Amino acid sequence: MDYEKLGLKMGLEVHQQLNTKEKLFCPCDCNLTDKEPEFKILRNLRPTQSELGKIDRAAFEEARRKLNFIYDAYAHETCLVEADEEPPHPLNREALEVSLIIATLLNMHVVDEFHTMRKQVIDGSNTGGFQRTGLVATEGVLETKYGNVKIDVLCLEEDAARRIGQEKGKVNFRLDRLGIPLVEITTAPSITHPEQVKEVAYHIGQVLRSTKVKRGIGTIRQDLNISIKEGARVELKGVQDLDLMSTMVENEVKRQVNLLKIKDELNNRNASVEDELHDIAPLLKETKSKIIAKAESVFAIKLNGFKGLIGIEIQPGRRFGTELAGYAKKMGVSGLFHTDELPAYGITEDEVNAINEFLGLGDEDAFILIADEKEKVINALQEVQRRAKISLQAVPEETRKALPDGNSDYLRPLPTASRMYVETDIPAISVSKELLGDIKSDLPELPDEKKVRIIKQYNLSEDLAKQLVRRNRADSFEKIKAESGVDSTTIASTLAYTLKELKRDGCSIDELNNSILLEAFELLENGKISKDALPQILANVCSEGNSPQEAAESLNLMMLSEDDVEKIIAEIVSSNKKMVEERGMGAMGPLMGMSMKKLKGKADGKLVNKLLRDKLQNIE
Amino acid sequence: MSYRGASEIFLGSAGISVGDSVKITKKDISYEGMLLDRAEDADETHLVLKLKNGYNVGINIENATIELVKKGEKPKIELSKLDIERDNQKHDISIISTGGTVASIIDYKTGAVHPAFTADDLIRANPELLEYANIKGKAVLNILSENMKPEYWVKSARSIADEINDGAYGVVVAHGTDTMHYTSAALSFMLDTPVPVVLTGAQRSSDRPSSDAFLNLLNSMTAAKSDMAEVMVCMHATEDDTYCDLHRGTKVRKMHTSRRDTFRSINTSPLARVQNGGIEILDEQLRYKTRTDGEVELQDAVESDVAFIKSYPGISGEIIDYHIDKGYKGIVLEGTGLGHCPEEIIPSVKRARDSGIPVVMASQCLYGKVNMNVYSTGRKLITAGVISAGDMLPETAYVKLCWALGQTDEIEEVEKTMQTNIAGEIEDKSSIKYFLI
Repeated sequence: MDYEKLGLKMGLEVHQQLNTKEKLFCPCDCNLTDKEPEFKILRNLRPTQSELGKIDRAAFEEARRKLNFIYDAYAHETCLVEADEEPPHPLNREALEVSLIIATLLNMHVVDEFHTMRKQVIDGSNTGGFQRTGLVATEGVLETKYGNVKIDVLCLEEDAARRIGQEKGKVNFRLDRLGIPLVEITTAPSITHPEQVKEVAYHIGQVLRSTKVKRGIGTIRQDLNISIKEGARVELKGVQDLDLMSTMVENEVKRQVNLLKIKDELNNRNASVEDELHDIAPLLKETKSKIIAKAESVFAIKLNGFKGLIGIEIQPGRRFGTELAGYAKKMGVSGLFHTDELPAYGITEDEVNAINEFLGLGDEDAFILIADEKEKVINALQEVQRRAKISLQAVPEETRKALPDGNSDYLRPLPTASRMYVETDIPAISVSKELLGDIKSDLPELPDEKKVRIIKQYNLSEDLAKQLVRRNRADSFEKIKAESGVDSTTIASTLAYTLKELKRDGCSIDELNNSILLEAFELLENGKISKDALPQILANVCSEGNSPQEAAESLNLMMLSEDDVEKIIAEIVSSNKKMVEERGMGAMGPLMGMSMKKLKGKADGKLVNKLLRDKLQNIE
Repeated sequence: MSYRGASEIFLGSAGISVGDSVKITKKDISYEGMLLDRAEDADETHLVLKLKNGYNVGINIENATIELVKKGEKPKIELSKLDIERDNQKHDISIISTGGTVASIIDYKTGAVHPAFTADDLIRANPELLEYANIKGKAVLNILSENMKPEYWVKSARSIADEINDGAYGVVVAHGTDTMHYTSAALSFMLDTPVPVVLTGAQRSSDRPSSDAFLNLLNSMTAAKSDMAEVMVCMHATEDDTYCDLHRGTKVRKMHTSRRDTFRSINTSPLARVQNGGIEILDEQLRYKTRTDGEVELQDAVESDVAFIKSYPGISGEIIDYHIDKGYKGIVLEGTGLGHCPEEIIPSVKRARDSGIPVVMASQCLYGKVNMNVYSTGRKLITAGVISAGDMLPETAYVKLCWALGQTDEIEEVEKTMQTNIAGEIEDKSSIKYFLI
């Protein structure tokens, strides 16, 4: 596809959890829990008016689906703030400072005074019905191979509650994630090529990883804004896989191009959407369709001039009908049937003809029917009518959920700015010049810079340096190296690989802080343990809570003195006297094997080799 | 406009006022948006701008220039007008608004939540209420409930009586939660009502989607249509948006600073549970006054010079002496335990009584009865003429003393009134189940 001609424009939105000690507005810690909930709280939400008196369209749509929200709460893991039973505490300064560091690294302009806002979100993911968020900085710049990309805004906000499950009319959330500090970085819609999106995402990731942010699955989320010249801005939520990005872009552009073609054809045909809902249950009394037979009611709507277009594929495996169904499903129905796919699904040709006749459909006209509870059917068909009317005009602005196959599902209309109003419980915070000055003078090194430096400074291999940086262990490495005489490669590979293997084997490597590791390296440096024994010793430290020395002793891995090693070798030589007499120096190999078996981890191989050789030569 | 000092001059010289679209330019950066008002208690050096993306930011005017992009109106909150038609199938319920969180909205002046809704606005914001009844709204006061005074109790009681005399089938009173239990006690003494009078409020302001105001109001409507002709408080019973409890106006207290289920019945059970338009009596043994066709009786005389003093280790008799010398007409002492205060201050207590000032003893334990016969200090207090509040809440005892002193100047009469159950405020029997519910 010729993206330039189509006028493709993209913007990236990155959400990253910060690794602060406390949440943004309460003293709870920022960890998730899998414990059984100790309390369950049931709530409803209603949209309210914002400062400017407008009701946000996304909030309004959520409100039409009357849902109960169940929140999992805990005695100690969560508190009254997340439960919306206590006003927020003052904003977490640590989080603000981390966000200021990130803003500075992205060459952004920090605001003079930070105001906390409420962004209305009434899908239940926030107990208050709004997400607290504030603008930290604007107008940053990122250099890429394809040209500079503007960073529009950086916001500091609270993460939403974690969705646990759903049953009829109820959505279950857990409060553990609610309130974890998050930075949201939004680029200007100035990215023009899918490869450039990847590069921007990579760069932002580099900046984030150089600061105090959380690592691992679910701690970073990316949304992609896409539009083409004649199309509309669409936000794809949850684009995780950088490699899938170009497919996502391609599929979305395809979708918009095809929707525009459909629009043109509809206008050629003078198509229209009738407002009436028709009860067609009487026509389907004898139907073989199970879905229809068991439904409380069946209604249909007329789409004049739509025939043949509803079945058109607009994305791989997804039709225009899928778009219409997406809107219907938001009202709680499981789907719809349309002219272009019938007769099928147990609905016979006779029944289709009867419906056509009843509705008075012409050759180019289509119908859509939905079977379910009456209230849902009516809401759903009204949504389909609304969407069908939009299709005569334009591509709608939407928030869509990214799917693993590179397609997307309709979520809700794009939120408007009117869903923001001021959080009255938090005073504005002035960002002082002194604080910004302190931050600027002490900026962290970006991961790539750090890698290049440690390779040079410590003579490390590219791979080791990369692993240290990626695993966030470069700082530990430098601290330990500063105090230990052990060679760089041994320290680095212990931090990069041994710890990873221990973790994989189920050790809780959190026990292994810098000072414990340093103790272990000291043993190595002083010849008290061997390099080979290090993993076993560290594993024991994790599991038994021993010090490295105690671990080495209890595992019998302390190095023997030269005298003791010599004695053991002498014993081995004398008990194999016959072989020594027969083979002379030729016995070196087998005897070395036997010695190492006995002395493994307790004596250095070179020493054993030397002592054994001396012994054999002396016998001759 | 709340801009003061430097920022006021800065804006004034550019002829810019709140609501205008402006562009502010600083060294490397410029911001475009609408000028918002600034909190009265904030500094003088920043302007607040609402950017196009909806975010507010504060901009320091130092080294900044401002230009007008477009003149604007100060944003106002407007609710669409509702044309309400009377439905003869439905009862008439009056909603009296006094202010507080149940009827509040963001205020530009302070940037804080402020009571600003009239009762009409309340209906506009919650049109579902109309499914329950024909609603008549009336704003009596527009104050935060911490600013309540005895004279406002009188004003409210009179308005409620007017509504009942005009044929209201029940009355709902929207009230701030801080002193709702004082007002509910006051109305209980002042009004002998033939129909339900239900006070309600919100712990989460009504400008947020999670507000408890809606469920509280809806359930209050149900309570106002019930056969329970008392002054009651209807608020969330749990942290869930599921049901409310209906509490007797004289035996209810705010027990938590922020939780939705802050109101609890003390030394009794809640009268009923309200849910989905229905009422469930929780304790069949608990009696209540039922609806009649009779007239409302109003006894609204009240004495506002009553002191409410908490006893504590180290309290000095001077505090009591001060109130005697200042001409206070009555004193409620919130004593410790069974109803005690340090022996040292008993002479001052006696001096009050000898000066014709009734002193009533309630307990800061809240739960249980005052009994001054058990310890010698108590017996000395009785000798000094202190009146026991029994199991009355201290706040109720205070309100009742204000009211009793409004009815008579005779100290013996006051003493008799204080010890007679008027509006369910005194229960003789202490049930084992009345603790911490």
